[in-house]
Order: sequence, then structure tokens, then C-alpha cells
Amino acid sequence: MGEDVAVSAPLDEIDPPLDYPDYRSTALRAPKRPLVVAPDGFRDLAGPVFGGDDVGELDHDLTRQHSGEPLGERITVSGCVLDEDGRPVRNALVEVWQANAGGRYRHDGDRHPAPLDPNFSGAGRTLTDDEGRYEFVTIKPGAYPWQNHPNAWRPAHIHFSLFGRAFSSRLVTQMYFPGDPLFELDPIFQSVRDPKARERLIAGFELGLTQPEWALGYRFDIVLRSTPFE
Amino acid sequence: MPQRTPSQTVGPYFAIGLTRESQNEIVPGGAVRISGRVLDGGGEPVPDAVVEISQQSGDGTLWGRCGTDAGGSFEFVTEKPVAAAREAPSLDLMVFARGLLKHLVTRLYFPDEAEANSTDPVLSALDPRDAATLVAEQSDGTLRFDIHLQGDRQTVFFAV
Repeated sequence: MGEDVAVSAPLDEIDPPLDYPDYRSTALRAPKRPLVVAPDGFRDLAGPVFGGDDVGELDHDLTRQHSGEPLGERITVSGCVLDEDGRPVRNALVEVWQANAGGRYRHDGDRHPAPLDPNFSGAGRTLTDDEGRYEFVTIKPGAYPWQNHPNAWRPAHIHFSLFGRAFSSRLVTQMYFPGDPLFELDPIFQSVRDPKARERLIAGFELGLTQPEWALGYRFDIVLRSTPFE
Repeated sequence: MPQRTPSQTVGPYFAIGLTRESQNEIVPGGAVRISGRVLDGGGEPVPDAVVEISQQSGDGTLWGRCGTDAGGSFEFVTEKPVAAAREAPSLDLMVFARGLLKHLVTRLYFPDEAEANSTDPVLSALDPRDAATLVAEQSDGTLRFDIHLQGDRQTVFFAV
């Protein structure tokens, strides 16, 4: 490595370490050599901008993508996308994907012997509004087994992908449900070493967001890296 | 002030959410075709990665994304970006995959820009062997850019 910029740059204490042996798939995939400190301009680069054309009217509602309704516990997941200075991130593209209520993804690689639901694809997307708010309507995903270690199960989760204003605010993460007994046993959740940071991956149940006779309401606020401009 | 939300892996099933439709023509009909593979520490192709490319242009940030196929390959169509002052033209890449708890960031430089590359502040600060991992190879009208996640030829990844 050269001497000027190639200083070892550990990730901060919020994100998980790349090399985390408890999560077996890191073994051959996590880079072993240190990351290189990014040049100044990198962090300031603008991210892509998305608009109404990128999102269909019903893309945020995973329960209305087929002729019938999916099985499972109907829920809403809503919240604000903010930056670290507390400013709303407007027009952020939020994409989600998840397993069905039985814990099965509509993906060829998923061999879990749980039924597919003909009325559930498990993917949605939306743009945040002027206050940074978003909302999805979906069903609560099931837990499912995986091959990481004997009798390994993932806690129920929804995958989130977000674009903020800057290249450096890009985030892919997973949202979990409160009180899941699998938290302690899940190396992906535990890979976030700071317990307070882990808590921020767990949605809150809110009666105020719950719609009587229709759907339980979960709140999941998301905080992206602040941008130097805006 | 609110605290940042941590990263988690994109997992093995992102295709249902992220790569349902093809988004790898950054500039449709563009003259630059980029093709490469994502390879793991055993030299095996990574069939469940997704690569995103951002490039700066006068019209804002152009962007595209491509999931890898069974052979670990990805492909993009674009134009060569205009370089910022005193820099060589480059594309910014992100790599997401099962086994990556946070996405990786790297950069692609162009092989026909030897002079600009030699004075680029990022490339020239790297050991020449490391810098070489960021310069694509010209091959039959296609730019080849393999991403090595580990090993002797590990691609340089940046902390952003």
C-alpha cells in the first residue's frame, strides 16, 4: 500500500465489521485487507435522484399486487428517513423485500419447505414525502431456517434499501420486530456490536399507527449519513 | 441528534426487490460496455452479488445496477464520464452480496487514460500493484473489470 492515503480505515462502531466469523458467509467474501481511506471528494459526491416515474401507485402496498390478498398478519410499516442532523430526506427511494408469512421468499434459491403464497411477491418501493415520511402496507414475514450453523433461524425481518442525497448515504439494512426470541441467536443481527445501534434496527409497535379492525402499525425511522450539502 | 441506522447484509434473496427489471444501461446506447465478474477468496464466482455504478455528469448523477449471473458476471452500458479538474475519469462502484455486512465501495478507471491516471490523486497515492486493481482492461471493445473480494489480487476498497 502507498503511504499517503492507504491508511487502514476501520468501519465505525455503528456498522458491523466486515470480517465477522459467526456469520459464515463472510469467510470468503469479506475483504481481508484494510479499506483505504476515501479521498475527500468521495463522501461529497451526489447520489442518484429518483422521481415519480420510478415508483408505481401501488408499489408501496405488498397486499395488493395480486388478485387476492396474501395470508398473514396485515401490518403497516411507516416512519421517517432523516439524516444525522435530524433533517428529513425527501424523495428518497425506499425499496423493501421480505419472506411471506410462512417464512419463504419467492426466489429460486429459497429451499425452505414452507408454502409459497400465490398472492404475495414480497417486494415494494416508495419515495419519501416532503417530511421524509414513507409507508408500506404488507404482512408480517415469518422466521425461517438457514444453513449458517445447526438449527439456525433468522428472526423475522424486512430488508430495506435506501438512497439518500449523497453517494455516501446509501444504506442497505434489515428491520426487525420487537421482542423476537431469535435476536440473541442471530449472527447477522448480533454483527452490529453496539447494543444501542442494534436497537435501532428494531421497529416499534404503535397503537397510534394501528388501524382498528384492519392492521397493526409498526414504526421504523431510518437515519442516513449526513450530507455536506443540501 | 439522531444516530445512524446500521448496515446489514443484502442477503441471498435481494433479486426479488432490487433487480426485478434491468437497470444496467446507465446511458442507453452508450459507447462504453463494461463487463466483469465478482470473485470470492477461493477464486469462485459470486452468483448473488449486485453491483451499482454512479457517475457524475452535467445532468446530475447517472446510475445503474446489475445483479451477477450464475457465473458471477455483471454488465453495464454507459459513456465515459468527464473528469473533474486534475483527476482521471472514473466510475464509482458499490458491491452488495450475501456475506457482506456492509456494501463495498471501489472505483473503475479507464485503460486508455494512462496519462491522466498517472497523475490522478487517488490512483497515484496507491501502491502501483493496488492501483492496477482499479484500472479496467480493454478486451474486444469491452472494458473488463473483475472485482476480487479477497486474495493476492484483492481489489482496493474504500472506506466512505
